[in-house]
Amino acid sequence: KKLFCRNGVSLCCPGSLEFLGSSDPAAQSTGITDCVVPFLTRPKVPVLQLDSGNYLFSTSAICRYFFLLSGWEQDDLTNQWLEWEATELQPALSAALYYLVVQGKKGEDVLGSVRRALTYIDHSLSRQNCPFLAGETESLADIVLWGALYPLLQDPAYLPEELSALHSWFQTLSTQEPCQRAAETVLKQQGVLALRPYLQKQPQPSSPEGRAVTNEPEEEELATLSEEEIAMAVTAWENGLESLPPLRPQQNPVLPVTGERNVLITSALPYVNNVPHLGNIIGCVLSADVFARYSRLRQWNTLYLCGTDEYGTATETKAMEEGLTPQEICDKYHIIHADIYRWFNISFDTFGRTTTPQQTKITQDIFQRLLTRGFVLQDTVEQLRCEHCARFLADRFVEGVCPFCGYEEARGDQCDKCGKLINAVELKKPQCKVCRSCPVVQSTHHLFLDLPKLEKRLEEWLGRTLPGSDWTPNARFITRSWLRDGLKPRCITRDLKWGTPVPLEGFEDKVFYVWFDATIGYLSITANYTDQWERWWKNPEQVDLYQFMAKDNVPFHGIVFPCSALGAEDNYTLVSHLIATEYLNYEDGKFSKSRGVGVFGDMAQDTGIPADIWRFYLLYIRPEGQDSAFSWTDLLLKNNSELLNNLGNFINRAGMFVSKFFGGYVPEMVLTPDDQRLLAHVTLELQRYHQLLEKVRIRDALRSILTISRHGNQYIQVNEPWKRIKGSEADRQRAGTVTGLAVNIAALLSVMLQPYMPTVSATIQAQLQLPPPACSILLTNFLCTLPAGHQIGTVSPLFQKLENDQIESLRQRFGGGQLEETFDLKAKTSPKPAVIETVTTAGPQQIQALMDEVTKQGNIVRELKAQKADKNQVAAEVAKLLDLKKQLAVAEGKPPEAPKGKKKK
Amino acid sequence: MAAAAELSLLEKSLGLSKGNKYSAQGERQTPVLQTNNGPSLTGLTTIAAHLVKQANKEYLLGSTAEEKAIVQQWLEYRVTQIDGHSSKNDIHTLLKDLNSYLEDKVYLTGYNFTLADILLYYGLHRFIVDLTVQEKEKYLNVSRWFCHIQHYPGIRQHLSSVVFIKNRLYTNSH
Repeated sequence: KKLFCRNGVSLCCPGSLEFLGSSDPAAQSTGITDCVVPFLTRPKVPVLQLDSGNYLFSTSAICRYFFLLSGWEQDDLTNQWLEWEATELQPALSAALYYLVVQGKKGEDVLGSVRRALTYIDHSLSRQNCPFLAGETESLADIVLWGALYPLLQDPAYLPEELSALHSWFQTLSTQEPCQRAAETVLKQQGVLALRPYLQKQPQPSSPEGRAVTNEPEEEELATLSEEEIAMAVTAWENGLESLPPLRPQQNPVLPVTGERNVLITSALPYVNNVPHLGNIIGCVLSADVFARYSRLRQWNTLYLCGTDEYGTATETKAMEEGLTPQEICDKYHIIHADIYRWFNISFDTFGRTTTPQQTKITQDIFQRLLTRGFVLQDTVEQLRCEHCARFLADRFVEGVCPFCGYEEARGDQCDKCGKLINAVELKKPQCKVCRSCPVVQSTHHLFLDLPKLEKRLEEWLGRTLPGSDWTPNARFITRSWLRDGLKPRCITRDLKWGTPVPLEGFEDKVFYVWFDATIGYLSITANYTDQWERWWKNPEQVDLYQFMAKDNVPFHGIVFPCSALGAEDNYTLVSHLIATEYLNYEDGKFSKSRGVGVFGDMAQDTGIPADIWRFYLLYIRPEGQDSAFSWTDLLLKNNSELLNNLGNFINRAGMFVSKFFGGYVPEMVLTPDDQRLLAHVTLELQRYHQLLEKVRIRDALRSILTISRHGNQYIQVNEPWKRIKGSEADRQRAGTVTGLAVNIAALLSVMLQPYMPTVSATIQAQLQLPPPACSILLTNFLCTLPAGHQIGTVSPLFQKLENDQIESLRQRFGGGQLEETFDLKAKTSPKPAVIETVTTAGPQQIQALMDEVTKQGNIVRELKAQKADKNQVAAEVAKLLDLKKQLAVAEGKPPEAPKGKKKK
Repeated sequence: MAAAAELSLLEKSLGLSKGNKYSAQGERQTPVLQTNNGPSLTGLTTIAAHLVKQANKEYLLGSTAEEKAIVQQWLEYRVTQIDGHSSKNDIHTLLKDLNSYLEDKVYLTGYNFTLADILLYYGLHRFIVDLTVQEKEKYLNVSRWFCHIQHYPGIRQHLSSVVFIKNRLYTNSH
């Protein structure tokens, strides 16, 4: 070699990995000392000093140099990748590594800043359908990008499994010998921490991408098209209705069919004694509904089920409050739920309930199987018992004097005054909430599910299930963190009457704890729908199970139920794709958990805003990947800009032109190259919509619809058919083509819109008289479904403008007045009694914020103590500290406690 | 100067007559060129290199492996360092570095005029225009190089010509 590097690269730099991975032998002989370029103010590594004395001071330039030496010629595609790496990937990646290594952040906090770049690579790979970035073989671009990404992606936690093309690309490169050697040399088995000394010297990343609460769409990037893509789009278009397959016949009941794709969809069971609010609706039922409708449009054999979760303390308490029996409470609220979901147009195949004989039968069967196989433990617990009522008292049924602050009406689980968690047996002067007599402490038996014994099976199952599946990142993260901390035995019995009876001698007065049997509700609801329910639920080979929920429900669906099912050894169908949302906040984040006030499903009906508009807006702000916020102003804005001005305007204009200029008959279309390009753009966006929905990226897929409609509007605007129709013969023909193409795009949009806005979709299809098979099937190609000569119906506007004062008065009504501060819009699926059953896992940012506050408050307390301040003052600050710590524990999703009382060892 | 305008300037400088249309994408307004055969190209330096080849002036990309790598190194510097850094402080650091680099060089690669010179000239123009006489003198090597490039045939086009004074005014400034 003519040129050799005297001072190689610093190994403390991510980029040098690329360097060592380069195929040139000279690359491996480089030294490891720092080399700072004399003319650069900021330290920069890696650097290659050439014999001429000149320097190359970026990894891609160095790698390029070695490739050039070995005779490679530069090409446009490689240049493009390297420029993208330098300008887009590097800034995002440095930020992510900085958060990870220097600031010790984790999960989405790290991944958030690079996700877009990673997705871009993934899309590029999957679109061109080649194993490598620039084609069939490995190239400079692969080496440079792999080296840049390696420090982060080597930790599987930061290689999102849903990006499968990226995944396999990265794995392929990582297993190659030179790459492995490079990785070993540079990271020296310390993993990413080896980069710390380097990163610490770098400035803090300036602008972490908008990861705060935001409802703004990510910018739309102009797609790039090849001639081939355009030609394919044109062919597909010309095939038209011919290419539609026959419609699947409707079945009742829906049962799995061998050889077909069988999709079973569940949405978390809402707790019966609450009217669901908007958060509940977007968190589970509405999200699952979009996917179920989409799945049917794909002609997949789909069963979508849900129901009310009816057992538990909360129902019993509510029954007492309202002076009804628990059964009456359930009957009453079940109807309220069903009505609300009907109003929202949720397309359940069945909407059941958990208080049925099937529930008892299946739950007891699973329990018996677990018991026989040695997965159930018995233990003794000290608990309060009311002799008068002749029963042990669940925490919520005891009141007394707080042992900490002396508050008279402390509950059995928590004091409302000082906020401390209480062990019911420690209450002073305890009282039975029902009869007011004084309970006594007695020993009682409880049953525990032996999760530690099932942990290994669970891990094996997750190992098989997770890779390549569409579990959302938060679901993966929560499941992983529970496993990391080790599973503990969980109590599965409660001293209640309202529940599934425990079929075991000595447990006649107890029932199963709801979190053991609520998830079995899916099975029993199916069993009430069809006696052949086992074909869905004991058929893991043929059934793809999608479960939708808010993230606080992940432990029950990702850990507890799978453990029960695995331990029961009865070939149960387990979740293939666990889809969890983040939280939806209200307006600028103000909400209060305690009072149960919010924008409820039944109130949404009274606003005069149609269900489809609610659906659209809730899906538009679906907390997908990050928290989002409901805002009245934003609702108005999105309705008026996206629906009225964009989508509605386009569809209406397309239809109106057909009616006004062509007598209601679709005109002849003679496609120009520009039209063909538009076809290809629409096709590409349609395919993106499919890709996203297949991955259950519901919110993002909605953007594709709006993008197509924007393309359509632009197309009309540029071509001005309303002017051309008055022009020459050629102009009139052009007006015809533009109108015909536009109205076909409108038809396509009506189908794509169906999962999101079913009523609007049906209205458009009626207006356009879209032929029936085209209404119910969505292919991956854009077809001409309204051929020349097709007669459309009467066209009328689809959306109404929302006015400022209208929205203002709604804001006043729902967000204003005395109730203003008390909205609870957390997208929780089952607002169960807070302390007993809720497992809230907050976002990492919230946890960090709480940690900071705990530290701060701790310092205040220490300072006061050091100054020998007034006792009361210290006590007050200590109370604040304890409260913060408690909030932190809750936020970290520490498992809820077993029944209160001291466990005897 | 928007990237699209800059690429049009480059086309003229290279003697390309056709005049491509460019669109912009993303918050950085990255230029996109829709080519007739094959997929479109994205990115200022990527498109610039493509245009150079189209004009059959490959020598502007460097002749040896080393020179080619150095050209690309400075093109990368252009899009990562010069673009997007607009605070006064950043610019002065940048000029200081360049000034030191150019101390013993006529062009960025040493002795040959390349695409790196053209794009750095275009990229720096808006900053150099605003420099005071004193600052121009402080970054003497940059000024010499800049003045040289702006007089290179066909490069400056409609951009304003920046005036540099030949005589040193501030003898103590170094």
